[in-house]
Amino acid sequence: MATDTALAEAVVEDGVRRRDFIHLAAVSWAGVGAVAVVVPLVYQMNPSADVLALSTTEVDIGAIAPGQAIKTSWRKQPIFIRNLTPTEIAAANAVPQSELRDPQSLAQRTKTGKENWLITLGVCTHLGCVPLGASEGENRGDYGGYFCPCHGSHYDTAARIRKGPAPRNLDVPPYEFTSDTAVLIG
Amino acid sequence: MSFPWAQQYAPQNGLMKWVDERLPLPRLVYNAIGAGYPVPRNINYWWNFGVLAGVALVIQLITGIVLAMHYSANTLVAFNSVEHIMRDVNAGWFLRYAHMNGASFFFIVVYIHIFRGLYFGSYKAPREMIWLLGVVIFLLMMATAFMGYVLVWGQMSFWGAQVITGFFSAIPLVGEPLRVWLLGGFVPDQATLNRFFSLHYLLPFVIFGVIILHVWALHIPGSSNPTGVEIKSESDTVPFHPYFTAKDGFGLCVFLLAFVAVTFFFPNMMGHPDNYIPANGLSTPAHIVPEWYFWPFYAILRAFTGNFLGVDAKLWGVIAMFASIALLFFLPWLDRSPIRSANYRPLYRIFFWVWMADVVLLGVCGVMPAAQPWIILSQIGSIYYFAHFLIIIPLIPRFEKPLPMPNSITEAVLGKPSSAAA
Repeated sequence: MATDTALAEAVVEDGVRRRDFIHLAAVSWAGVGAVAVVVPLVYQMNPSADVLALSTTEVDIGAIAPGQAIKTSWRKQPIFIRNLTPTEIAAANAVPQSELRDPQSLAQRTKTGKENWLITLGVCTHLGCVPLGASEGENRGDYGGYFCPCHGSHYDTAARIRKGPAPRNLDVPPYEFTSDTAVLIG
Repeated sequence: MSFPWAQQYAPQNGLMKWVDERLPLPRLVYNAIGAGYPVPRNINYWWNFGVLAGVALVIQLITGIVLAMHYSANTLVAFNSVEHIMRDVNAGWFLRYAHMNGASFFFIVVYIHIFRGLYFGSYKAPREMIWLLGVVIFLLMMATAFMGYVLVWGQMSFWGAQVITGFFSAIPLVGEPLRVWLLGGFVPDQATLNRFFSLHYLLPFVIFGVIILHVWALHIPGSSNPTGVEIKSESDTVPFHPYFTAKDGFGLCVFLLAFVAVTFFFPNMMGHPDNYIPANGLSTPAHIVPEWYFWPFYAILRAFTGNFLGVDAKLWGVIAMFASIALLFFLPWLDRSPIRSANYRPLYRIFFWVWMADVVLLGVCGVMPAAQPWIILSQIGSIYYFAHFLIIIPLIPRFEKPLPMPNSITEAVLGKPSSAAA
């Protein structure tokens, strides 16, 4: 009884009971435990190791003549590799940067000395459709590059967004030339 | 809940009495959808659609569980396993067509149920919680339907998954990682298909749970009715059973007749032929359209074609599309008119039908290609859609002169008593 009285007096002194501390500590620790369990449950949704393992692709570009393009895939996403003609390069360089929604020059989107090789993801930056224009006879849109039929985005000869709802130019994947006729994407 | 004159459950025999004392489940059912639930005597056939939506969910659950016994959620065989169901599994064609058209019919009855709520002001106090839970059910239905459509792994499935998960990439900074997280890869693939199958199986049971809350909340104030006048006395009501079990039973027969007619004779009417082409991640169909029940929202998404106010068109489209549904959560507080039923609101009634026409217009724009004149029409339609909820509905009560209302449901049904009694 004497200790109880002592406890009761302690409460009066600083306003916090021993039991309040135990409550807070127990509930907080349970909360930490719950969050710790949620982490793997959320984390398992991310791409698994086998999906990430597909992250490099080597492509032979020797057979692509100027004016032609091929479709290949990297990480299961379509890739456009286009051999630009001098006219297309000139058209891309003639556009003032101020006119662009996502200002970038052709040089910034290609490798030095290989400005004719335009390598981009074939994924529209709007909602992810594959734009037309990589194959012979497809609609290349108002700017001679690519045209996305889903929601009407037009890309120019440097695959830059010019018209329509897409926010960005077609993405340029990381890549390097391993020889004059081979590219390693990824 | 419940009214003092509600009939009391009385166990018929010793066994039922024994059960009632230990687990009063029969009593719960009796009070919920039996003779123990007094319902306004004047509710019309528009009040059938809640029960019909429940039946549609049960049809989807039963056919879906059976289909899952034959379906394989693997990108290599998913498409073929659906064709296997169609050609090889005994009665598989029927189960699959019933499930496929069942989804459309579920949306048909739910849309009518929502429009009934909007016309008769069922979302107003004291029924806001029923409405909010209903919007939650609607959102869950949309997610479930979308994921189910992906399982077929045809061209529309694949590109639908690509476009719809693409919505999330519009969110600044976290958008792209969020999309990759949702897909479990960089494009819809095995991980996506498998998780969608898991969730498509789970969500209908979540919907079932929210429906229980929806009906629970309904039983607090009781059902609304076409006059919008609250129940005042016993003569305003009749017991749910047998009066409305019978009326709902008749409506159910009509519903099932339409459902089987479409399932047997026009099974692909509401589908898209491109979904009979296996998914190909390197070739987008020339014209992507979602299922018909998403067309109006798809039109709102596509209405934004240029950046403005420093926000890009893609993000605007996604915000507007989600906002068009999220707005419904605020409706009970946007509409300040104390009159529930549009039958007594001459101005609101006109705008309700204009809004309905607007939704149809948006639906047409949603299925048409992204070209003129559909772009400008979907822009006008989208502006009107938002104006209806944010400007017109809040302003109507200031200008509207409501029509005289009946004093009670009984008076609305039987006319004013000859001896003018209060």
